[in-house]
Amino acid sequence: MTDWIDIGPLDAISPRGARVVKTRAGCVAVFRTGDDRVYALDNTCPHRGGPLAEGIIHGASVTCPLHNWVFDLETGIAKGADSGSVATHPARVEDGRIYLDLSQLESRKAA
Amino acid sequence: MKKLVVIGAGMASGRALEHLLEAAPDTYEITLFNAEPRGNYNRIMLSPVLSGEKTYEEIVTHDDAWYVANGVTTRFGEKVARIDRDRKVVVSETGDELAYDKLLIATGSNPFIVPLPGHDLDGVIAYRDLEDTNRMIDASGIPGAKAVVIGGGLLGLEAAAGLRLRGMDVTVIHIMGHLMDRQLDAAAGYLLRKALVDRGIKVMCSANSKEIRGEDGKVRALLLEDGTELPCDLLVMAVGIRPNVALGKEAGLAVGRAIHVDDQMVTSDPDILAVGECVEHQGAIFGLVAPLYDQAKVVAQTLLGEDATFVQRQVSTKLKVTGCDLFSAGDFADGEGREDIVFRDPARGVYKRLVIEKDKVIGAVMYGDTADGNWFYGLIKDGADISEMRETLIFGPAFQGGAAADPMAAVAALPPEAEICGCNGVCKGQIVDAIANGAADLGAVRAVTKASASCGSCTGLVEQVLAVTLGDAFQLPASQPMCGCTELTHEDVRRLIKAQELKSMPAVWQELGWKTKDGCHVCRPALNFYLLADWPLEYTDDPQSRFINERKHANIQKDGTFSVVPRMWGGITNPAELRAIADAAEKYDVPTVKVTGGQRIDLLGVKSEDLPFIWADLNAAGLVSGHAYSKGLRTVKTCVGTDHCRFGTQDSTGLGIKLEKALWGSWTPHKVKLAVSGCPRNCAEATCKDVGVVCVDSGYQIGVGGAAGMDVKETQPLALVPTEQEAIDMTVAFVQLYRENAKYLDRPYKWIAKVGLDWVKDQIVADPDNRQALIDRFAVSQSVYQKDPWAEHAAERAETYTPIANLTLEAAE
Repeated sequence: MTDWIDIGPLDAISPRGARVVKTRAGCVAVFRTGDDRVYALDNTCPHRGGPLAEGIIHGASVTCPLHNWVFDLETGIAKGADSGSVATHPARVEDGRIYLDLSQLESRKAA
Repeated sequence: MKKLVVIGAGMASGRALEHLLEAAPDTYEITLFNAEPRGNYNRIMLSPVLSGEKTYEEIVTHDDAWYVANGVTTRFGEKVARIDRDRKVVVSETGDELAYDKLLIATGSNPFIVPLPGHDLDGVIAYRDLEDTNRMIDASGIPGAKAVVIGGGLLGLEAAAGLRLRGMDVTVIHIMGHLMDRQLDAAAGYLLRKALVDRGIKVMCSANSKEIRGEDGKVRALLLEDGTELPCDLLVMAVGIRPNVALGKEAGLAVGRAIHVDDQMVTSDPDILAVGECVEHQGAIFGLVAPLYDQAKVVAQTLLGEDATFVQRQVSTKLKVTGCDLFSAGDFADGEGREDIVFRDPARGVYKRLVIEKDKVIGAVMYGDTADGNWFYGLIKDGADISEMRETLIFGPAFQGGAAADPMAAVAALPPEAEICGCNGVCKGQIVDAIANGAADLGAVRAVTKASASCGSCTGLVEQVLAVTLGDAFQLPASQPMCGCTELTHEDVRRLIKAQELKSMPAVWQELGWKTKDGCHVCRPALNFYLLADWPLEYTDDPQSRFINERKHANIQKDGTFSVVPRMWGGITNPAELRAIADAAEKYDVPTVKVTGGQRIDLLGVKSEDLPFIWADLNAAGLVSGHAYSKGLRTVKTCVGTDHCRFGTQDSTGLGIKLEKALWGSWTPHKVKLAVSGCPRNCAEATCKDVGVVCVDSGYQIGVGGAAGMDVKETQPLALVPTEQEAIDMTVAFVQLYRENAKYLDRPYKWIAKVGLDWVKDQIVADPDNRQALIDRFAVSQSVYQKDPWAEHAAERAETYTPIANLTLEAAE
């Protein structure tokens, strides 16, 4: 079952930018690409815990600000020579507002 | 015969009538109302009428004779005031009533007028109908008349191009970062802008209108948010359309963004149908002609009692500006499981991008060469499987086989007059001539033309000209490209940004043949620096292309917290500042307070969301950002000099403060640290700084290129000057020379090793005019960039430092 929750307007995030959503199971980074796609991933890099929301966003990838690991925003999997992944979460945009699936975020906490 | 009343004689209802009359001319007695005093004409061809390429008569679809021949009663120039659904009559504005069996609403849309102050002044118009077009043609007839068009979408650009062709001075104001942002990506938007600028149209993107100013009730100028005033005699608003739903709404029909219709184009009243821009179908509204024609066909069949279903389909867009070839279709946003195929040909100004999902083309954007547009559009519509032809797909249906993309295409495409060597003013043509006359390697070209003989940063480009000109006869030395997005080196890119006057990221990506859509974390920060250093007034800094420290004006720590370092000019502080720092440290629970090597105080472990608040507190005590996080001026370390020291020869603290006040806020290829020592005992350790001044009795010894990091380097002497002002001038000129020429992330010592100290001295010490020119250019840059980012962010961007949402609270409630 899905439970879409409105977390704010798309305009609150710059193109090629990101903001964080606090959940009880830790922070989720919400990314906006250069052409207005939105992705939600766990904010924590599996390498040394860098905050991915602070990274540089290029195409549909983000580069971790601490040691330049690059993650595919669609799959959450590290690109290139690095191996590791971060959890991805359903996100969508409707009428200029961003929605995350709360049920999925909640079940993550239980897991 | 049953009675059909049609409200609105636009393109959609016109097409519906054609279908209806063709299939069954005797089914209905038809009455056609139209608010405009004329019948159906091809509205999308108003642009050629505006530009003078067509006349109104040529774009009329249905003339009086057509209506007579088909027995349609026309009531043009007469508005319908309301619909009485209970009695099934329409009431015209004259109070006349007309009964209907079936009613077709085709009221189209109204242009949206931004409610800026002054929007009702004479001379402020929309671009929608023949009246608007004629007013624009009249306005353009006045010699020297100026026009401003608000809106860089399809309609706005067609209006601008038409007015320009009629000789007007035209400026387009667009609120988004690139033109036609709904149909094009940034790369195609860049090429379009270039084509429009080439034909004399001024284009301002990311521009917000504030107020329309008038005189005697007539428009005089448009004022932008940033204070720019654009004088104009005509102001065209082309910012979008709103479905015209007033009649339907008053009649109590179901209306959302527009009048709701089902798949048969029937509204919530079974006897009332609607078609065109005034309808909403499954949540979508319509502005392009193709789906309207589909609707017209369905509405005609429904009126005849036949079974028909309207299905939304992909649409494609073309701009009707002669000479601007662009095409877009489908969905071309990035997305899950989507991949791009990008083709660029800088020489021809061609850009093509296909978006592929699950082996199907789902979107296409093309500029410059749109010959294959319809073929791609067909692939999108049909959902064709392209896995077999994927590798050659971008070359279109006529592809005959070909080679891999040429890494030297950008240099091959340069015109002969393009400057290659900036130091010696050598153009590509001169190098090609030298090669034709026998110069076969770099040394020979240097000897004949002096290209790359001075600072040497264009060496890579000269070699590429050799390779392009000589072909296989020249072996290109391996050089390190900037990143995976390009084959060009940093030096090549810097040179080409200057030579080709590239002033935006999309310009660089297109003209230099970038292989990715919007770069990567390696090239974007470098390009952002090169562009802002070379074009301080034209280029707008892009925070999203900066490393987090420069985006948030604080140093990120390993746990994701930040450090905050206020500036202490020349290392001088006072009790009030120290008190403010202590208060801030307590208030925000700063875990570590440390004195830095650069003579200031570091507050470590501040949370992101606290940053704007701690800055505001520090600002209140007069403290500003120390830029301890930037590729820019960090600190100017000083000793106490003649103020207190018994050995001091000059006022080293005073000079340090003056240098810091002159240089703070500037962005540089890498960090820049300075020091001023008051005597040769050198307590400020000036001889291991990027610029170090050591005061002596006779004046100031200026050394450059020191470092005490990964490498330890002693400064090399640049000059000995007698006065403090000359010491400041030399330093500022050196920093500007470094900003204009060095590779991103090269500290000055690395850069000097490449270009040679002698070249640096020639530029700064031996040539006073050049020194002054460097100082002047630095001043221009500082006029833009010397501002406290903390104050600006605390006041305007504080919310970006906080979470967009906090679901821990939500769940607890």
